[in-house]
Amino acid sequence: MAELREQVQRKFGDAVLTTHAEHGDQTVIIRKDAVLEVMRWMRDEPSMLFNFMMDLTAVDYKGIKPPVWRFEVVYHLYSLKHNHRIRVKVPVADDSPSIDSIVSIWKGADWFEREVWDMYGIAFKGHPNLKRILLYEEFEGHPLRKDYPIKKRQPLIGPDN
Amino acid sequence: MDLHTEPLVLNMGPSHPATHGTVRFLLKMDGEKVLHCETEIGYLHRGFEKQCEAGTWTQVFPYTDRLNYNSAIQNNVAYALAVEKLLGITGQIPERSTAIRTIMCELSRMADHYTNLGASMLELGALTAFLYFVEARELTWDIIESVCGARLTSNYVRVGGLSTDLPEGFAAHVKEVFPVNRVFWSEFDKLLTKNRIFLDRMRDTGGISEENAIAYGFTGPCLRACGVEYDVRKANPYLLYDQVDFDIPVGFTGDNFDRYLVRMEEINQSMRIIEQLIDKMPGGPVNIDNPAVRNPSKEAVKGRMESMIFHFKNTIEGIQVPAGEAYVPTEGSNGEVGFYLVSSGGGKPLKCRVRPPCFALTQAMGEMVQGAFLSDIIPTFDMINLIGGECDR
Repeated sequence: MAELREQVQRKFGDAVLTTHAEHGDQTVIIRKDAVLEVMRWMRDEPSMLFNFMMDLTAVDYKGIKPPVWRFEVVYHLYSLKHNHRIRVKVPVADDSPSIDSIVSIWKGADWFEREVWDMYGIAFKGHPNLKRILLYEEFEGHPLRKDYPIKKRQPLIGPDN
Repeated sequence: MDLHTEPLVLNMGPSHPATHGTVRFLLKMDGEKVLHCETEIGYLHRGFEKQCEAGTWTQVFPYTDRLNYNSAIQNNVAYALAVEKLLGITGQIPERSTAIRTIMCELSRMADHYTNLGASMLELGALTAFLYFVEARELTWDIIESVCGARLTSNYVRVGGLSTDLPEGFAAHVKEVFPVNRVFWSEFDKLLTKNRIFLDRMRDTGGISEENAIAYGFTGPCLRACGVEYDVRKANPYLLYDQVDFDIPVGFTGDNFDRYLVRMEEINQSMRIIEQLIDKMPGGPVNIDNPAVRNPSKEAVKGRMESMIFHFKNTIEGIQVPAGEAYVPTEGSNGEVGFYLVSSGGGKPLKCRVRPPCFALTQAMGEMVQGAFLSDIIPTFDMINLIGGECDR
């Protein structure tokens, strides 16, 4: 049987930019506009059945990858039935980054997407309640971006401050 | 006659005496009934990832202690496994090290469940039960302290090994403590499991369906209480979990009572795992023989030039991890703790992400208490076992 990543590539062709299985982790890198279609298929297709959206995060590759690839949104999926895992990565450009929300597919993605918005400033289109989750609303900037200085302080003293 | 009523907005938390963990519930109440519950987290956010990205690979360990601080060693182990996977040295970790890691993970699980169950009962008014489990936890923490010198912030594991070997008399200490813990367990069980007041608070409250739990990304005891037999230790065995016999307790209804029962049984299963391993502990070193990954011994560092160079380089520049990415799932006390690490090559992580199990669980609070009574929030939130350090990072 073909590896998972090959099955995804066969099904979606051009929407899959590349795949790898580094350290044994099945990984597919897909185009941003195909997120909803690929994810829905992965959840419902009988040979995939990824019913768990285990983790959703992002990585800032500033200075490491070309600017068109600055961010990557990373999904880790797990299938209870087949006991297999896959990692889906979606490159997101630097310029007012955004991506489709997958809350309609796994409702557990809600808070995870809010966290990525909070930390990286990547907007999730179609998210029902996209606001900061770990930080406070008045916080300026997105701290996990590589250009946010680690020593920067933003004290929140009171509502009138 | 129709009374003119309108919902009452009630602010519960962030420091509420009946919830362990800083979290705020914004409730819309109709009398005692919860119409809507909005959960707000983030009060314990410390910038875990940002700090990890600024330190070397080894300097991340103390930060991982402070995620789920009730079972710090599990986080240490999960992180170490992920770095070892990136380095490609998973198969070279000495057997003794792996066995010790397994034992320490299970001791942590016991301590975590004791804390969770004990504190939850305290919040439900059962102070006596709390005292039994706090004592059991104390005895368990004594064992952990004898191994690594700290009860909570253990900082015990290293990439490629451990900070230190087991102390002398470790097996005897464990064998002395376990019978006492079993007595505490049965006292606790007698006080609660068939207690009418306890059952009224726990049974049929805070439930969630199997389908919903999966959609929310539930893992750990709360998922197993719904009847789903998913445990990373069985599904994707790591450490020595494929070489020991243990059972995965599952519930039927997914309510708070089932979550309690699952945790109670998991304590017994953890003891079973430890007892199987403790008598056949492999000998040999606990650290990998690779000075570029694990610092050489102090004697070598002080006596040999090459060892001193490695010690210096590992400390100042950090272990050199080749570029790549890896995800390692492990079974934490609360559910799947997964580390997703990205390296761009060099001494510091480019990304150090931990999947916090209670983040996904807390997310479902609103749905689990909708239509329930105000008092049901307490046991439901208790059984979620939100750990601020892990949820808010």
